[in-house]
Amino acid sequence: MTTTEIEQLAKKEYKYGFVTEIESETFPPGLNEDVIRAISAKKDEPQWLLDWRLKAFATWQKMEEPDHWPQLKYTPTPYNEISYYSSPKKKDGPKSLEEVDPKLLETYEKLGIPLNERARLAGVAVDAVFDSVSVVTTFKDTLKKAGVIFCPISEAVRDYPELVQKYLGSVVPHSDNFFAALNSAVFTDGSFVYIPKGVRCPMELSTYFRINEASTGQFERTLIVAEEASYVSYLEGCTAPMRDENQLHAAVVELVAHDDAKIKYSTVQNWYPGDEDGKGGIYNFVTKRGKCAGRNSHISWTQVETGSAVTWKYPSCILQGDNSVGEFYSVALTNNYQQADTGTKMVHIGKNTKSTIISKGISAGKGQNTYRGLVKIMKGAENSRNYTQCDSLLIGDRCGAHTFPYIDVRNTSSTVEHEASTSKIAEDQLFYVQQRGLDLENAVSLIVNGFCKEVFRELPMEFAVEATKLLAVSLEGSVG
Amino acid sequence: MLEIKDLHVNVNGKPILKGLNLTMGEGEVHCIMGPNGSGKSTLSQVLAGRDAYEITGGSVTFRGKDLLEQEPHERAGEGLFLAFQYPVEIPGVSGNQFLRAALNAVRQYRGEDELDAAQMMKVFRERAKQAKIDLASLKRSVNEGFSGGEKKRNEMLQMAILEPRLAVLDEVDSGLDIDALKIVSDAVNAMRSAQRSFLVITHYQRLLNHIVPDHIHVLVDGQIVKSGGKELALELEEKGYAWVEEHTNTVAG
Repeated sequence: MTTTEIEQLAKKEYKYGFVTEIESETFPPGLNEDVIRAISAKKDEPQWLLDWRLKAFATWQKMEEPDHWPQLKYTPTPYNEISYYSSPKKKDGPKSLEEVDPKLLETYEKLGIPLNERARLAGVAVDAVFDSVSVVTTFKDTLKKAGVIFCPISEAVRDYPELVQKYLGSVVPHSDNFFAALNSAVFTDGSFVYIPKGVRCPMELSTYFRINEASTGQFERTLIVAEEASYVSYLEGCTAPMRDENQLHAAVVELVAHDDAKIKYSTVQNWYPGDEDGKGGIYNFVTKRGKCAGRNSHISWTQVETGSAVTWKYPSCILQGDNSVGEFYSVALTNNYQQADTGTKMVHIGKNTKSTIISKGISAGKGQNTYRGLVKIMKGAENSRNYTQCDSLLIGDRCGAHTFPYIDVRNTSSTVEHEASTSKIAEDQLFYVQQRGLDLENAVSLIVNGFCKEVFRELPMEFAVEATKLLAVSLEGSVG
Repeated sequence: MLEIKDLHVNVNGKPILKGLNLTMGEGEVHCIMGPNGSGKSTLSQVLAGRDAYEITGGSVTFRGKDLLEQEPHERAGEGLFLAFQYPVEIPGVSGNQFLRAALNAVRQYRGEDELDAAQMMKVFRERAKQAKIDLASLKRSVNEGFSGGEKKRNEMLQMAILEPRLAVLDEVDSGLDIDALKIVSDAVNAMRSAQRSFLVITHYQRLLNHIVPDHIHVLVDGQIVKSGGKELALELEEKGYAWVEEHTNTVAG
């Protein structure tokens, strides 16, 4: 089989590219203090939050877009030409599923996301965010009995203001970076999760993000707090319609784990990647960070990134508590003209802290895939350990893989290990698999799945199945 | 069941097979012997459908169909199995996962129902037992970190599970110690049946002490220059390939 054939294989069709015809209330394009005030007013926010937003906006205006240091080439978003708020029209927020617009339910049905009875069988509680607002959260009552709070963040601001005020911006400050500052100024919705002391969350929590409206940005904010000795597993998925222009998604996720708490955060990101000529697609500029605040706390990030035209994302862990553990498992696939600059930061502050980084980059077509990671071990982080493994797989000969590991160790009792490899899907591997009866597409898919195994096994079962399928679809195409 | 007529194959523009003829019937075991560079491995790769080989003439019919028209996976579906001289590693894919995917793909090709994991396991156990090969290797990634002997044994296990109609064994004896050779040949012997043919390709006569063929063909410079019964192997062992070459030249001259 020739390289061209392998490349054709890697072409894909995006099956979530439909648009839902639904009446929306969308702000006119542009960004200024009035827009921020209007968003805040829409949500009936308290003064402190408005002040925080305005502070973030003022900071953002002085910042520069980080378009020079990442291994990314793109046209920056015209920030004054997009809209910062779009919501499906409704009188009041839906009280139950019955009140949700059937068209919205249909949309989620098409995406394969169960918001109804089926969800009960799956044992997953879902929060669905459509453009700027959360449309429905399932299983609130069941969770409430366990003491778990899982609701749209706008609702949390209203119902649990002291919790939100305490933690919002505590891990990712409003001035952290260009996109985080922008998000802090204009974020519209997202999920809030609070797990009380000693509680093991009885089900997987999940949020599905959907951008529908054209010329809007999506800025959601997720905040997860796990109190002492609690546990939660949280999943997030995302899709968007096919559009010719690039759309901006600039989210912020903050996690806080107290003593002996564990947060497992999994993402299957499938934003529209643009067409095969590189037109359109989502700019996915996301700041995700977790703070292992307590002793023996544990935060684990798992991500499968197959979508978006441009990805800029470094889910990180601040290992502040002694003996805390941070993990990052990532599969990033870039195809056609997709670009990804992704990786993680592990900052070791507490003693005996431990981090593991497993990154698998797959490049096909003209895709460019960059791993960028920082392992920083502070002076006081005695006896800390990091293990990093960074593997790249190339499909065809027009794509690229890049690795930028930064390592900064400031004591002598810690250990850092870094392993990296780059390989191509070899013609003899494909032939071997085909000889046993698999056609070309399935052969590629099997080999790629094997390459990603160490990451997939970290995903919750259902998500692992979804991720496996998603990779197959992402590599699907006309076989030459 | 297999008929190769006047097959000509080039590799990188250079003729390697130069008019090869071979006919095999159901349930027969044929052996192709020949010196290095005679085209033995080219033949096995061409039969399995590897790209890189340019077929410049001739035909191959397998079970009534034009084999050369088929994709590699279709050939597997038709019942052709190649035991590789150098089995390939597939990191992260367990032998179980690999063989489940392969067996279901082959079943699908034949219009049979796919098997679920439990049914699969049952089939694996039965067939491995029949071939007297341990299933433990299937828990590991395919061929990853396997010794030479383990790789060959794994090829035999795959063959046992996929139950081909024609198994082409490409230098299955290379690099094996006597114990491994015995395991491999026992598997082949256990699987011999009226419905299954074997094409054994080897450089050395010693394999034929364990797998006794019905026919032996000597391949020299891209052509079969001599065919005979199993006694031909002994003659070759004694006199070397040079003898056949000379003999052929005399005949041709």
